Order: sequence, then C-alpha cells, then structure tokens
Amino acid sequence: MTLDEQTRGDFPILDRIVNGRRLVYLDSAASSQRPRTVIEAMSQYYATSHANVHRSIHTLGEEATALYEQARDRVQRFIGAASREEVVFTRGTTDGLNLVADALGRTLRAGDEILITDMEHHSNIVPWQMAARDRGVTIRAIPLTPDARLDLDAYERLLTPRTKVVAFAHVSNVLGTFNPVQRLAARARQAGAVTVVDGAQAAPHVPLDMSALGCDFYVFSSHKMLGPTGIGILWGRRQALEALEPTRGGGEMIKEVWIDHARWNDLPWRFEPGTPPIAEAVGLMAAIEYLEKLGMAHVAEHERALARQAVEVLGAIPGVTVYGPPANVERGAVVAFSVEGLHPHDVAALLDQEGIAVRAGHHCAQPLMRWCGVVGTARASFSVYTSPEEVSLLAHAVAALRTRL
Amino acid sequence: MSPAARELYGDVIRERWRRPRFRGELPPPATTAEDVNPLCGDRVRLSLRLREGAVEAVRFTGDSCAICSASADVLAELAEGRSTADAARLGVDDVLAVLQSDIRPTRMRCVTLPVAVFATALSNAERSHRAPETGHPRPEPGTRTPRQ
Repeated sequence: MTLDEQTRGDFPILDRIVNGRRLVYLDSAASSQRPRTVIEAMSQYYATSHANVHRSIHTLGEEATALYEQARDRVQRFIGAASREEVVFTRGTTDGLNLVADALGRTLRAGDEILITDMEHHSNIVPWQMAARDRGVTIRAIPLTPDARLDLDAYERLLTPRTKVVAFAHVSNVLGTFNPVQRLAARARQAGAVTVVDGAQAAPHVPLDMSALGCDFYVFSSHKMLGPTGIGILWGRRQALEALEPTRGGGEMIKEVWIDHARWNDLPWRFEPGTPPIAEAVGLMAAIEYLEKLGMAHVAEHERALARQAVEVLGAIPGVTVYGPPANVERGAVVAFSVEGLHPHDVAALLDQEGIAVRAGHHCAQPLMRWCGVVGTARASFSVYTSPEEVSLLAHAVAALRTRL
Repeated sequence: MSPAARELYGDVIRERWRRPRFRGELPPPATTAEDVNPLCGDRVRLSLRLREGAVEAVRFTGDSCAICSASADVLAELAEGRSTADAARLGVDDVLAVLQSDIRPTRMRCVTLPVAVFATALSNAERSHRAPETGHPRPEPGTRTPRQ
C-alpha cells in the first residue's frame, strides 16, 4: 500500500468537495492538513486538561505542564537534539528566525557581515535587514548556479573573517533545492560564523538529526508538518543558545525579578516568555507521533517520487516552465512552474475551479523571483496524503489551461 | 472554457485581457505612476496626459493577471475624456460595474491596484500642471458632485 493510500482516510478535510470536484490539495508547503489524531488530541486537551502551565499548583495545571513538556521531549527525539534544553517553542518559523536574528543582531558590530542566499524566503531576509540596520552591518547573498543550486565557489569567496552569521534554507520553498547543510555549516564554523538554518520546508519531509547537521540554529513550523498553526521550534546548540541574550521579556523567562533588573530562567524557558501555545504543543506531539509511525524515511521516499513525477509531467507540457533542479536531482516536496501567457494567479484561480489547490505568487521570495526572471510562479507541493493520481490530475488540468482564458 | 471559469472570469475580463485597448505607454511629457501588489508582486504602471482640465489619454503597462489588466484597461477607458475632477471620483465600484464578474475577496486587490495607481498619477499630473501655470485651482477635497 502506498503512503497516500495508507493515510488518506485519516485526513477528514480531504473529503471536501470544492467547486463540484473532490479537493486535490497541492498546497501543503504553505500549510499541510491535519490527521484526525491531531485534531482530537487538541480537543481532548481542551475538554479535559487545560490550565496554564508551570506555575499552576493544581491537578489541571500539572497535567497541562506535563503534556507541554512531553511535547518538548517528543520534538527532541524527532530531530535528534542532544537535550531537551535545546528545544525552544516559538510561534513558528518566522518567529524563530526573528528571535535568532534579533538576539544575534545585538552582538554584531560595524563592519560585520551577514551572509544569506539568493533563494531565501522573506522570513530569512527581512529579520536580518532589521538586525543589520543602524549597525553598519552588511548583508551579502550567496548566488545561485544556473541549475538552481547554491554557488559553493562563490560561498568560499564570500565567507571571510567579517562574516558573523550564515543563514540559509535547508530546502528552498520555491525551487525545492536541498542545500548541503553539513558542508555550509562546517565551513562557516571554520570561519568563525554562526549558522542559522530555515528548516520550514525540510522538517515535514525528511528525517532530521541535529547532532549530525553541524549548524548552530535550526528553525521550523508545526503547521507544515501536520500539526497546528501557532507553534514552531527553534533548536539551538546548547552553547549557541546560552550565548544569546533573550530579547523578549515577561513571565516564565525569569528566575528572579527586581524593579530595575532580572535574572534569566534556565534554557529553554529563557526564550519562552508568556503563556505558551499549550494545546498547539499537544497537537504537534500528536503530529510527530503520526509521522514517526509512518517513518520519515518512507515519507521522504514518497514525496521525492511525487516531486520527480511532477517535474517530468509538468515539464513535458508545451508552454510550461518548471523551476528548480532537474528531475534527477533530489528536491523537496515542491514544484514551481509557470504557464506561458498566463499569470500565476490566473493559473491558480482556474485550477481552483477544478478543485485543485496550488499556490501562486512570489512565494515570499521576491529576490529569487527576480533570479527566475518572473514576478511569480504557480507552485504545487506535496505531503504524506498526496497521491500520484493527484499529480496526474494537476498535469491534465494545466495542459488544458491555455484554452480556458 | 468551462462554465465555472466563465463565472470567475466574465466575458469582459477575458476580452480585455486578450485584447486590451489601452495597453502601452504615452510619450513624454506624460505623468506616470506605478505600484505593486504585495500579495503577488504584480506591478502596474499608468501614464496619463491632461489637456485643458480633462484627462486626454491613459495607458497602462505591467506584469499583471487577467483581472488586474482588465481593471486597468476599463479604468483607462472610463477616465479618458472626463474632467480631472470627474476622473478623480472614479472608484473601484465603477470598474466592478463594467467587469461584471464574481471577484473573490482574495482577488479584490487585483482590481483596486490600478485604481490606486490611477489616483496617484492623476494627482501628480494635476500638481505638475498647476506648477507652471495658474488659474487651474485644484478642486477642494470633499466638494465632490455626484456623477451622472
């Protein structure tokens, strides 16, 4: 049984009829759908165990705290983190990147450089601009090769003693390119720079092992990996996290407070001020359980096959351009494409009439769109429940598009 | 084309998108304005020429979807020949009335972008017109008369 046959019935939303057709949901890179177990875990939590965490000395408070911290342990094992202290709950990838950029930014001085890449999501560009602003810090970007990969020779040239931060996506949200995290991180370490990895498009799709990647920070979201919205993970190597000053204050992140100063709490709570997303942590735990039951290696294999199929069938349609590495190169679960003579929003709107949901626009990656020479593209993206038949349906619908407007 | 697509993109939108009547750029000394739709990165550029207190010509260019292009095309047609005061009152509803399509909330920005760019271009044009000459007082905001 293929993975989609195995999982399909677990996702109630996939039975939706959209514009008279059964929903074909190909926008999982923007946000995936949730299996029943995740929805039920959150309902169950609210129905039976909700209270605030950590300082509620009563039964419900203890249950909520236990669940919240269990979720942390589950994440730790899922990503191969050395300890639970390295797992910080955030509101999502964007929040995690802002947290790191804000905190690291305060350590930068005039003349320092931040190195990003030409394929970043705006979430891994704009926070660095904010961190660099008014500090005399320069942002540089690693360019791309014609086959849509990072230019590693250029990386060597751009990496200098001035480089203090290297920030890049594990998997591009448009091109699907896998970036060589280990290699990039190892070179950055030699150069004395901290590495920050945007794992939003990798964590839902491939097995992760923080102890092997060699980066300092790794950030991802729950809602792209079958979990709820509103929660994400910032993993930081212990020494790297300890070197960061918290930038957001409040309850929970302190040990003691006086009127004019405070002493920070231990890791990881130092970076979790205020009431955290508790039900969301419970939901994320259920999502991880679900993915682990499937096996991340199976998930990766399934989605790699879908991506290869999509690149081949879409690329074979006259007038369709597929972006990113060629079909024989490993790519993430996204395939961006454009249809000659049609604006990507019109492509998405017309596909929606057939019940097919794809993303269209600049995908929050405008510098990359300029590299592609377009204002936007359409993008199909996949998850555990996506079937090869759905990719075929997409291809048939795309082939018929140009006669429709 | 399927019936569903016809509702989404009515005949006016399809016709305007396929054969826009006002696509292009006016030669200098036209006034231009442009802006982008942050949602999709679409860019619309309008050029506009005034003559004797009226909008003489409007043209548009840009990378834009069918709805946005149709909106710009319709707006240009509605504006040409109107007095500047009258043209300044053109709004989204005027364009929507011509488009006659089921514009979803997520696509409304595609309609409004050319309208906003037109307003900027018109006010720029009026300002630059007034600068060298006198006797063309700008209409006071709020003193609008209903359109016929």
